[in-house]
Amino acid sequence: MTSETMPGYNYAYLDEQTKAMIRRAILKAVAIPGHQVPFGSREMPLPYGWGTGGIQITASIIGPEDVLKVIDQGSDDTTNAVSIRSFFAKTAGVATTTRTEEATVIQTRHRIPETHLTDGQIIVYQVPIPEPLRFMEPSESETRTMHALEEYGVMHVKLYEDIAEHGRIAKSYDYPVRVEGRYVMAPSPIPKFDNPKMHDSLALQLFGAGREKRIYAIPPHTRVESLDFEDHPFEIQKWDYACAICGARDSFLDEIITDDRGGRMFVCSDSDHCARRVGEDS
Amino acid sequence: MYVAVKGGEKAIAAAHRLLARERRGAPEIAEISLDQIREQLSLSVDRVMSEGALYDEDCAALAVKQARGDLVEAVFLLRAYRTTLPRFGYSQPADSSRMHVRRRISATFKDVPGGQVLGPTFDYTHRLLDWSLAGEGKEAGTEESSGGDSGVGVPSPMPRVLDVLGREGIIESEGSGDDHEPADLTRQPLDLPAGRDVRLQNLARADEGFLLAMGYSSQRGFGSTHPFVGEIRMGEVEIEFVPEELGFPVTIGEITLTECETVNQFIGSGEARFTRGYGLTFGQGERKAMSMALVDRALRAPELGEEKKGPAQDAEFVLYHSDNVEASGFVQHLKLPHYVDFQSELVLVRGLRRTVREEESGHDI
Amino acid sequence: MDQELLRVSGLTRYYGSRVGCRDVSFSLWPGEVLAIVGESGSGKSTLLSLLSGRLAPTAGDVSYRDRDGRWLSLPNLSEADRRRLQRTDLGVVHQNPRDGLRMRVSAGGNIGERLMALGHRHYGRLRGAGLDWMERVELDPQRIDDHPSAFSGGMQQRLQIARNLVTEPRLVFMDEPTSGLDVSVQARLLDLLRHLVAAMGLAVVLVTHDLAVARILAHRMMVMRGGEVVETGLADQVLDDPCHPYTQLLVSSILQA
Repeated sequence: MTSETMPGYNYAYLDEQTKAMIRRAILKAVAIPGHQVPFGSREMPLPYGWGTGGIQITASIIGPEDVLKVIDQGSDDTTNAVSIRSFFAKTAGVATTTRTEEATVIQTRHRIPETHLTDGQIIVYQVPIPEPLRFMEPSESETRTMHALEEYGVMHVKLYEDIAEHGRIAKSYDYPVRVEGRYVMAPSPIPKFDNPKMHDSLALQLFGAGREKRIYAIPPHTRVESLDFEDHPFEIQKWDYACAICGARDSFLDEIITDDRGGRMFVCSDSDHCARRVGEDS
Repeated sequence: MYVAVKGGEKAIAAAHRLLARERRGAPEIAEISLDQIREQLSLSVDRVMSEGALYDEDCAALAVKQARGDLVEAVFLLRAYRTTLPRFGYSQPADSSRMHVRRRISATFKDVPGGQVLGPTFDYTHRLLDWSLAGEGKEAGTEESSGGDSGVGVPSPMPRVLDVLGREGIIESEGSGDDHEPADLTRQPLDLPAGRDVRLQNLARADEGFLLAMGYSSQRGFGSTHPFVGEIRMGEVEIEFVPEELGFPVTIGEITLTECETVNQFIGSGEARFTRGYGLTFGQGERKAMSMALVDRALRAPELGEEKKGPAQDAEFVLYHSDNVEASGFVQHLKLPHYVDFQSELVLVRGLRRTVREEESGHDI
Repeated sequence: MDQELLRVSGLTRYYGSRVGCRDVSFSLWPGEVLAIVGESGSGKSTLLSLLSGRLAPTAGDVSYRDRDGRWLSLPNLSEADRRRLQRTDLGVVHQNPRDGLRMRVSAGGNIGERLMALGHRHYGRLRGAGLDWMERVELDPQRIDDHPSAFSGGMQQRLQIARNLVTEPRLVFMDEPTSGLDVSVQARLLDLLRHLVAAMGLAVVLVTHDLAVARILAHRMMVMRGGEVVETGLADQVLDDPCHPYTQLLVSSILQA
């Protein structure tokens, strides 16, 4: 990989003052796990809603020695992951990889890799709506007060309503969690299947919402618990099938429609995990 | 056997090549130049500068060309470019009283010192498609424009209409005199409650269509403020900057501005006074400046003790949804793959349906 | 002296130069029902908002004795402490039930919310509390999953009461709880309130313009006019033998009607 950056632009696109401002916000976020820190989000060359928060975090922490992996829906090859990866290759000249264990920084949209993350890795999540209470309380001033005063009754009311209506909690992604027993946090639209991976992780987890202008963080070895009721405990999704390519029974599976008569097959969402398993077996 | 889809990178490269071809259009047609856009589509350029929050006519013209005429896309390009520009500091406040006025009208008085100067306006045109414009090479200014209308006889500086009311003490004065440094939305995120300085900056960058609708709603009873146009003025204003090394202001150039001041519903009974609304755009942007003034005034409802009757008076609603770069990004992000979350929902919904079917057929899980 | 529940001294609130209420002082004992009566504009609603901590006074104090016997000055509490007190020890029944209920949440969710805010995490028991309380306010428990919009005005009011009483508060503020309801519905609701107040030993501050409501529910009464208290005493005494000319006017106009 070349390490030439784009002429006329600073390393990783953002100027140093902006990076410093974002790092200060990150430090604040790490000091208060799960608390949303406002920051002066900049317009980026990719649109709001397409990962600008994650991109700004990555741009602020990445350096020439880093190795970057970018995934979307668990795969390195989805269009937006390709677009973001090439953005950093162009502006930071950084080495990129598809192998989870080789990456120092992983930027992700909507999934956590199946491979366990280790000490020294940073995972950067792209977040559309950072406020977990948003759909129950549209007012920003009110939700800020609720977080400050630890008033989370309305969150459990929502879960109660789900059980009353559906017999179970009806949130299957962006499932709210409580961090270190204090802040209720939106983990970004990862499937609830991935929630347990956030708990007591060895890696540093950073969350960026560019359009909403918030950063939050979970430092390594932090307690992260999915909200539930004692008699309706949190459960992850299960499939009755194995991956059609690698045979995995414990990874998140994508459903592929194979013909127009309802034929379907199930395949690992994490493309790197799947490819590695196939490589090992053959 | 099914192989995981690859080739996203190649697909994107091909899409970009196709885009470039579409942008160019039929090759036998002359390529449009930045000069042509700047000169002949100047109102597009003006809008892109205002919402892009960057005064540079050539950059804006390039953005319009690159965006193939999609002005919201062009605004995005300009904003992203703006992020990369180094910042020297803040200029002195622009003094619109010293504007070289090219257009100035007032609806509150029949005649005013300085006169009603119509300037270049669509206002009294008949909206009939003019087929003579379909040809090219037409000589500029044969019938429509005549001599003597580029500032001859227009006093400079042009006295302000609202100063007339101000001298009588019958209109509130602008500025609370608390002299605090205005906030900068390009550096700090929006925080509520937002002061008037923050609101005005947000509205200055806001989408014209959105503000137009909000302003319109305030006229139709969703929080009415009885607006009158006190003054609209358009023309060139000098921008001054104080370089640290010199310590005194120097003029760094001049820009075109459109300014709108409205006179609104009075407050108080004994010491009754009219209230104000304010709008400002780069270039010629009257519809936006007027809409901005209407919404500015509507958002002052809490401070003036007025009941909130419509969304135009709701700061949280207006200020969080006014930016078309944010709005466009988030609306269009729905095109991105969401199949993992959709898969989660499929699993959930299939589970719910299975439970119901099992209950109906008397089976226990 | 140290058995009082609420101590109000010199409570005053101005809106700019306009008087909301001025110089109100009284005490309230556990289990006591105090009615504040007056016409609109008398300042009774302002006073209720000051007492329940939803409005800050311009001058004066409202002190509440908590379950541990400590006196807490409500205007000087932190926002967090005030909100917690409002969830545990105090209740507010609004005139319009829509102001005191979550209209898009089921009856059971409305009743359980305070418990959930306090950390209760067992769905079955929360639902049990909902069923229990619906019975106690004479609502059909089968309707526990219905939304308040499906209930009549009187039923919504009962639901609002249940939502407040589920944490067994010691002091409840009620703002015209029966207005807007038709006469027979009112009568049954008053009956329920009287029963609950007695059964739970609730202290109540009740604002009403309806002297009949005051007579049925209240032990003591305060008459307000123009932001000031003009007369106070035992409810029956004030109603049967009013001293102040304004009170006499109020009482007699009811008899006329």
